[in-house]
Amino acid sequence: MGTAVTLVKDSPPQVPAERPARPAVVKRRGRRENLAGYLFMSPWIAGFLLLTAGPMVASLYFAFTDYNLFNSPKWIGLDNFTKMFDDPRWQKSVEVTAKYVIIGTPLKLLLALGVALLLAQSRRGQAFYRAAFYAPSLIGASVSVGFVWRALFSDDAVVDKAQTFLGFHTGGWVGDADWVLYSLVALTVWQFGAPMVIFLAGLKQVPRELYEAAEVDGAGPFRRFWNITLPVISPVLFFNVLLETIHSFQIFGSAYVVSNGYCGPADATLVYTCYLYQKGFKEAQMGFASAMAWMLLLAVALVTAVLFWSQKRWVHYEEDAR
Amino acid sequence: MSATATTARKPRALGRRRKGSLAWHLGALLVLAVVLYPVVWVIGASFKPSKEIIGSLELFPTEPIISNFKGLADGIADVSIATFFQNSLVYALGSVVGILVSCSLTAYAFARIRFAGRNLMFSLMIGTLLLPYHVLLIPQYVMFQKLELINTYVPLLIGKYLATEAFFVFLMVQFMRNLPRELDEAARLDGCGHLRIYWSIVLPLCRSALITSAIFTFINAWNDFMGPLIYLNEPGNYTVSLGLMLFRDSDGVTSNYGGMIAMSLVALLPVLLFFLAFQRHLIDGMATSGLKG
Repeated sequence: MGTAVTLVKDSPPQVPAERPARPAVVKRRGRRENLAGYLFMSPWIAGFLLLTAGPMVASLYFAFTDYNLFNSPKWIGLDNFTKMFDDPRWQKSVEVTAKYVIIGTPLKLLLALGVALLLAQSRRGQAFYRAAFYAPSLIGASVSVGFVWRALFSDDAVVDKAQTFLGFHTGGWVGDADWVLYSLVALTVWQFGAPMVIFLAGLKQVPRELYEAAEVDGAGPFRRFWNITLPVISPVLFFNVLLETIHSFQIFGSAYVVSNGYCGPADATLVYTCYLYQKGFKEAQMGFASAMAWMLLLAVALVTAVLFWSQKRWVHYEEDAR
Repeated sequence: MSATATTARKPRALGRRRKGSLAWHLGALLVLAVVLYPVVWVIGASFKPSKEIIGSLELFPTEPIISNFKGLADGIADVSIATFFQNSLVYALGSVVGILVSCSLTAYAFARIRFAGRNLMFSLMIGTLLLPYHVLLIPQYVMFQKLELINTYVPLLIGKYLATEAFFVFLMVQFMRNLPRELDEAARLDGCGHLRIYWSIVLPLCRSALITSAIFTFINAWNDFMGPLIYLNEPGNYTVSLGLMLFRDSDGVTSNYGGMIAMSLVALLPVLLFFLAFQRHLIDGMATSGLKG
C-alpha cells in the first residue's frame, strides 16, 4: 500500500498545479484504516488525555499556586519554588534521594552483572538458579518485605547480631539515623533479579567465536570481559542503568514501610517522594507538592538526557561495529 | 565459558572440569543462600513466639507454634483478614482484565494498522514510560476527589482500563510486530476486518505476551502500596498491603510481632505461588521485553 501511494504522488507533473487524486480505493481504504486505528486506540487516547496530558497541565498550573484542596488555587508565581529551595527538609530529601540513587543503583547493577556472568555459563540447574535469584525482585516491593526488613535490621536482631559476631557493632540500622538509609540500599540491591535477567539475555548474544579468537591471542579472562563482553552488552547495560536510575528516584513504599510511616528517624529516610506525600496528602499543600513533582520530573529528564548524551561514548550498537 | 573451552583440550581436563563445576555450584549456592535468607527467615519466624522473633539467630523456631496464624482469624482493627484479601483480589483481578483488554487493543493499532499520526502517538506513549507518576498524582487526586470517588476502587482501576501502563502496551507491540504480515494479508483477502484479525489471529498468537502481562499486572496490583494509601482510607476498603500497616502502633513499636510476621507471610503467598507457577514466563517476558528498549 505504501508504494502505491508514493507512486501516485511522484507521477510526472503533467497537471502541475493540483496534486493528482489518489485512486478512490486507496483513499477509501486509507480513511477506513485511520478510523480503525483510532477506534482501537480509543482507550489509550482517552487515558492519555484524561489521566496524563490533562493532569500534567493541571499540575504545572498548581505548581505556581497556593492550593489546599478546599479553597480555589491562588496564583503565587514562583513562591513555591523559592520556598522549596530554602526549605531544609526539602534539601534533606534531595540529599537522601541522591545518596540512595548514587549508592544503591551501581551496587545493584554490579551484583546483577556479577550473578548474570556466573549464570551465563552453561551448567546444570541454570533455570532453577535464574528463577531463585529473580524471586526477590517480585516480592521486594511488598509491604510484607518492608516489615521483614524492619525486623531483620532492628536492634539486637539478626543483622545486628551477625555484625557483632564479625566485630563491628553498629546496633540496629532501622533506629539509627546514620545507618537506616543503608538498610533501604540493601533492600534495593537485594532486588537485583530484574536487571540480572536482562543482562543474561544480553550475554547470550555475545558471539562465541570472539572469545575463542581472543583466547588464541592469549587474552586472559579480564581482558576478554573488558574488550569483548562489555562492549557487546553495552546497550543492555545502558538500558539497565537508565531504568534502574529512574526507578530509584521514585522510591516510596519501602522507605515508608521500613521507617514505619515517618521516613525517619530524624528524616534520615526522607526520600523525595516521601516528603512530597507528606506535603500533599498530610499537610494539603497541593501547590507546593506539585512544584516538588515538577522538580522531580526535571531531575529525571536531566539524568535521562545526560545518559542518552553519554551513550555515544560508551554504548556500542551493532550497526556501528560493522 | 572458559571452562568449556578448556575441556576441549582433552584427557586430563575431565577432572578439572568436574572441579570447576563443583566450585561454580558452591559459589552460586552461597550467593543464593544470602539472597534467599530473608524469605526463609520469614517462614521460620512466623512459627515463633513474638519474643523469639527479634533477637534469635535461629532460622527455625525451637518449638514451633501456630498461634500467630490463629490470631489472624480475629482480624486487625475489627476488620477480618478475608476482607483485605477480597479487596486485594478485586483490585488485582480487575487490573488484569483491564490491562489485557485495553493494552492489547492499543498495541494492535500500533503494530498492525497504518493510520495517520501513529508515529507521533507512539512517541507520546513511550514518553509516558519515563514520566514520573508523581507529576500526575496530585491533579488526579484532586479530580477524583471532586468526583467523590475517594474510597472507591475507581481511581485505582480506571487507568488500567485506559491503557495508561505504557510498559504493557510496549511489550505487546514488540510481540505483535514480530508476527508475519502475510497472516493479516491472507485474512484480509478472505474478507476479515481488523476486529476479526485482532480477535482470531493476533490475540491467540500473542498468548505468551498476554500471560506475562497478566501475571505482572496481578503481582504489581497485589504489591501496590502508594495507590491504596492515597485513595483508600476506611479500613473496610483496605487491600492487604494497607491492612498490614495496621499492625504498626502509633509509637512505631510493634508489640504483636508474631501476628505481623504471620500476616506478612500470608500476604506474600499469592505472589510466591504465582511466581512458582509462572516463573519461566515471567523471566522470559522480562528478558525479551527489556532487550529492545
